[in-house]
Amino acid sequence: MSADMIDDYIASVGAALGLPIEDAWKGAIRANLEVSLRMARLVDEFPLPDETEPASVFSA
Amino acid sequence: MTTASASEIAKAVTSRKLSALEAIEAALARIEHYDPILNSFTDVTAGRARAKAREVDAAIAAGKNVGPLAGVPFAVKNLFDVKGLTTRAGSKINRDLPKATRDATLIERLEAAGAILVGALNMGEYAYDFTGENVHDGPSRNPHDPSRMTGGSSGGSGSAVGGALVPIALGSDTNGSIRVPSSFCGIFGLKPTYGRLSRARSFPFVASLDHLGPFARSVRDLALAYDAMQGPDPDDAACTTRAAEPAAPVLAQNIGGLRIALAGGWFQNHLFPEAIEAVARVAKALGVTRVVDIPEAERARAAAYVITTTEGASLHLDRLRKRPNDFEPAIRDRLISGAMIPAPLVDRAQKFRHWYRAQLLELFKSVDLLIAPATPCIAPKIGQVSFVLDGVEMLVRPNIGIHTQPISFIGLPVVAVPVPLDPMPIGVQLIAPPWREDIALRVAYALERMGAVSAPPPRGL
Repeated sequence: MSADMIDDYIASVGAALGLPIEDAWKGAIRANLEVSLRMARLVDEFPLPDETEPASVFSA
Repeated sequence: MTTASASEIAKAVTSRKLSALEAIEAALARIEHYDPILNSFTDVTAGRARAKAREVDAAIAAGKNVGPLAGVPFAVKNLFDVKGLTTRAGSKINRDLPKATRDATLIERLEAAGAILVGALNMGEYAYDFTGENVHDGPSRNPHDPSRMTGGSSGGSGSAVGGALVPIALGSDTNGSIRVPSSFCGIFGLKPTYGRLSRARSFPFVASLDHLGPFARSVRDLALAYDAMQGPDPDDAACTTRAAEPAAPVLAQNIGGLRIALAGGWFQNHLFPEAIEAVARVAKALGVTRVVDIPEAERARAAAYVITTTEGASLHLDRLRKRPNDFEPAIRDRLISGAMIPAPLVDRAQKFRHWYRAQLLELFKSVDLLIAPATPCIAPKIGQVSFVLDGVEMLVRPNIGIHTQPISFIGLPVVAVPVPLDPMPIGVQLIAPPWREDIALRVAYALERMGAVSAPPPRGL
């Protein structure tokens, strides 16, 4: 995603969650989000069997 | 007796060579004298401590057994509930909460063993921190060089034990917050198996990754504190139903039959020379040359990062809506970004966690203990933003925990042991299979007896 796209995404998700985001915070939020998405991509690209259970298994 | 170990204090108090009140007064005097340098305490509970000490002394005078930690002063990271104090969890916002009406389970258990709480300790805001810095309370400072970080988020715990203000402190570890301050402050720290010690009445961060555990200046003290705190607790849904498995009685067991290996790959990269030296010294002392690869450790670190930032954001969502300006700005910005991770990516991180756990359990069929660095470097300067490693400039904050995160990710028990390099100590992780804290503690004890690891006297005081 380009920086503009990430800024739009932050504004949209922030609005959906009701999070107030001041202009002065946007650069740091974008920088953090870029790192987090890079980390998430590393996990995302690892193939796992469809049957894999999540670590958080609910027990009734 | 001012810098005596917990076991020495307990022995002296039990045999009436020292009163519990004298032991507490000595700790309070040391705190008063040195904490203006260290900034490790946010609350000193002197009145409560003296009252408890008098109870302990009266019980001993009456011939009662008060427990293996008789008269031992200890302190807790300020995310533990302390009756009568507000549990601030390093934040400004939580100071508006009502005062706690009951102590955390682990405080109750230590006091049931005769130990005496003397205060609450500084920490990174809401435990989302590896530095020990705090914008509201000021940074906790390293006892070996007060211009350096303690590491975090249990920074005050590392500082108070490293500075020998108390022989035992408690902290929490979600991604490394016990092991990092242990490394930077040159002390022993135990992050037990996930679920081993109750978290009841402590302020959470990431429910599926939060652990509580002790810090100490010797392995015996660490084991004594750990043993006193074990056991099921229905007040923590994640707490094990296993009975206590005391480690102190088995510390001196021979370790000759243990299969010990160095963690390879990810754990041998991104290291300053001091970290390489520390791991090499531990390996040499144990005669270990075998290296085993930990599959996908970098991805495990990434998955831990994703789960942490999203669960942390979920925990604080309402505070982020209502009081965003009362957060430490860097932590607020990190939490807001955590609220924006698409849900499928978090689910995949939890599935990867399951897969990774299975790989490590398989590996532990042929290995009893893994050796890995605790931090890539010695304590950086307070406020330091970046360092140059392998010719590449890297940010300090996100890279301090790169070797601890893949381990706590699946809840493995770890003892962080201090290698007393000059001028600054640095820690090494001894990593055992789930529920085998005893193995890590036995190896730590053997290393301590060999002189390969030890908590150096505080050089900065």
